[in-house]
Amino acid sequence: MTDISLNPAGISAKPARRDIGLKRRYAAERRFKLYGIAAIAIGMFFLVALLYSVLSNGYTAFWQTEVNLAINLDPKIIDPDNKRATDPKVLLTANYPVLARNALAEKLGVSSSDKAGMRELGKLFSEGVRGQLRELVVSNPSLIGTTQNVWVLTGADIDSAFKGQIDLSVDQSRRKVSDKQVEWMNKLKSEGVMAQRFNTGLFTYGASSRPETSGLGVALIGSLYMMLIVLFLSLPIGVAASIYLEEYAKKNRLTDIIEVNINNLAAVPSIVFGLLGLAVFINFFHMPRSASLVGGLVLTLMTLPTIIIATRAALRAVPPSIRAAALGIGASKTQMVFHHVLPLAAPGILTGTIIGLAHALGETAPLLLIGMVAFVANSPVTPLDPSTALPVQIYMWANEAERAFVERTSGAIIVLLLFLAVMNITAIILRRRFERRW
Amino acid sequence: MNLMTERNLEKAVNDKMNAQPNAIKMQGKDVTVHYGEKQALFGVSLDVPEKMVTALIGPSGCGKSTFLRSLNRMNDTIEGCKIGGKITLDDEDIYNPKIDVVELRARVGMVFQKPNPFPKSIFENVAYGPRIHGLAKNRQQLEEIVEKSLRRASLFEEVKDRLHEAGTGLSGGQQQRLCIARAIAVSPEVILMDEPCSALDPIATAKVEELIDELRQNYTIVIVTHSMQQAARVSQRTAMFHLGNLVEVGDTEMMFTNPTEKRTQDYITGRFG
Repeated sequence: MTDISLNPAGISAKPARRDIGLKRRYAAERRFKLYGIAAIAIGMFFLVALLYSVLSNGYTAFWQTEVNLAINLDPKIIDPDNKRATDPKVLLTANYPVLARNALAEKLGVSSSDKAGMRELGKLFSEGVRGQLRELVVSNPSLIGTTQNVWVLTGADIDSAFKGQIDLSVDQSRRKVSDKQVEWMNKLKSEGVMAQRFNTGLFTYGASSRPETSGLGVALIGSLYMMLIVLFLSLPIGVAASIYLEEYAKKNRLTDIIEVNINNLAAVPSIVFGLLGLAVFINFFHMPRSASLVGGLVLTLMTLPTIIIATRAALRAVPPSIRAAALGIGASKTQMVFHHVLPLAAPGILTGTIIGLAHALGETAPLLLIGMVAFVANSPVTPLDPSTALPVQIYMWANEAERAFVERTSGAIIVLLLFLAVMNITAIILRRRFERRW
Repeated sequence: MNLMTERNLEKAVNDKMNAQPNAIKMQGKDVTVHYGEKQALFGVSLDVPEKMVTALIGPSGCGKSTFLRSLNRMNDTIEGCKIGGKITLDDEDIYNPKIDVVELRARVGMVFQKPNPFPKSIFENVAYGPRIHGLAKNRQQLEEIVEKSLRRASLFEEVKDRLHEAGTGLSGGQQQRLCIARAIAVSPEVILMDEPCSALDPIATAKVEELIDELRQNYTIVIVTHSMQQAARVSQRTAMFHLGNLVEVGDTEMMFTNPTEKRTQDYITGRFG
């Protein structure tokens, strides 16, 4: 372009412009942009597909069909021998489902002599009513003899039918709900006593063979304990190790070997950590199986390399001029690290920690090996009690056949994804908030 | 010598008269420095007189910064750095294992090439040193030290209304004066300056130079500079380094008007470097 001005006299003698391949270069750039867009489009497509399949299958899990029954807490059924004042077991072992069945029979006008009808009626509501009514009565025995309006869970099949997940056009012998039950269901629905209500049970119940009374309660507590253990162990250990390696340790062959090993550990398959946990914590230290303590320890081992790598990167990113400034006015090395370097590296450390925690939260394989894949119905109180974890619960539900478990599987995935999203967003906010310029 | 104004020349002459009886504050004897395999200093012997500005000049890579950094053992922080010979502060060997490096750096402060305030408030920047050395018994004393240091660095009037704002928000020249205030807040005896004006514009440079000239009353100053004019303006003694050797050292006025070594003459007149 500058040829002309450089050579004003000899325009005719203008040298042939060098072929600098501009067209080719622009074409290459356009091509590369296209590749990039295509790559992102493919990624987005699969993300949307994943979210769509999970959400469309899972959103119904957050609502559960319940039926409102006026249950007469008849003392003749609860306590036929009138011994509840002396024997506390009576209230615990009473036949509560009968109360619900009687209430439902009264509501639908089914005679108690109609054995077949009563049997079908019994499948309309969940066995979980036993625990529900027991809790009600035990906590307040004075209710015996009164009539209480109670929302009772329906059976899982009725729930699926109510949600339209069962094809009612096929013959009743080939589906799980009978025509009679469908008729009752529609009747109760039109009366407004059967409806979908928010499924609090999903977050409170433990494991159960009945889908309607199984929930994430145990898994949530187990995961919470494990996250706390991971946080309180791996953060201090990881940060201390990183500070030592980065600031104090001499660079020699030994620290090189340690560094290589830490980087390798970050890439070790998680199931190997599970085997390690099984061998060390359970077989050697005899810690309890299925306990979230062991799970937390195993996940700590797994998270440590991630945290150490992130922390070392954050420490290295603190400009040397800050260190020189601190040393230059006579700060000791420890003062330099804790007064200046660590505060500046904190956002990076926190981000690395949260990402490591999110990684640990979604980890399944090592937990299978230490026995956290168990049928735990009662909420764990301490980290030593048997429990499960969110991803393991998903794994277990995914193995179940009933339609109601399919939606619960997806529902649990939604819960897990929400937790992960919250953690990752927190990491991003922390990074933005505390990002410093120097 | 065309590099020096008449005023500066006059001042230098006065300085020379006044400076003569000054005692030796720091002394390097046959100082050698190795960075791993590479040797950076080959037996440098240099005296730093008290309450004077000593300028270290020389082309890049000549070892002047290395020498400066060995005066307060900042070289210790560099992996693989080995120091030979002897450096004394008030006739005490600073590389003696009995000497505490933290205490040494409190006595020999440093100002760096790029202004490097902590990402904290102006007050905290200056207060940090006195606080870790326990120089102030209470908040009031600390505030006094901070104000005094900022005044000495001629910065107080400019920042007195925003002492609690970030030190990194100041202009480059102000930041460098803040770093000087931070250095003098721990009452050092010697202040080392490693090209303190190389990142500053001419106006800020003039202010810092003026400040260095004032600080000479109370402190011994060693300054590394690439600017011949700066060396001429602020220093009373000049040492010329080349390829890790001390070429020549003498009164600034003499060095700039009548150097004995040809290399010095070539360098200060810009023929190499």
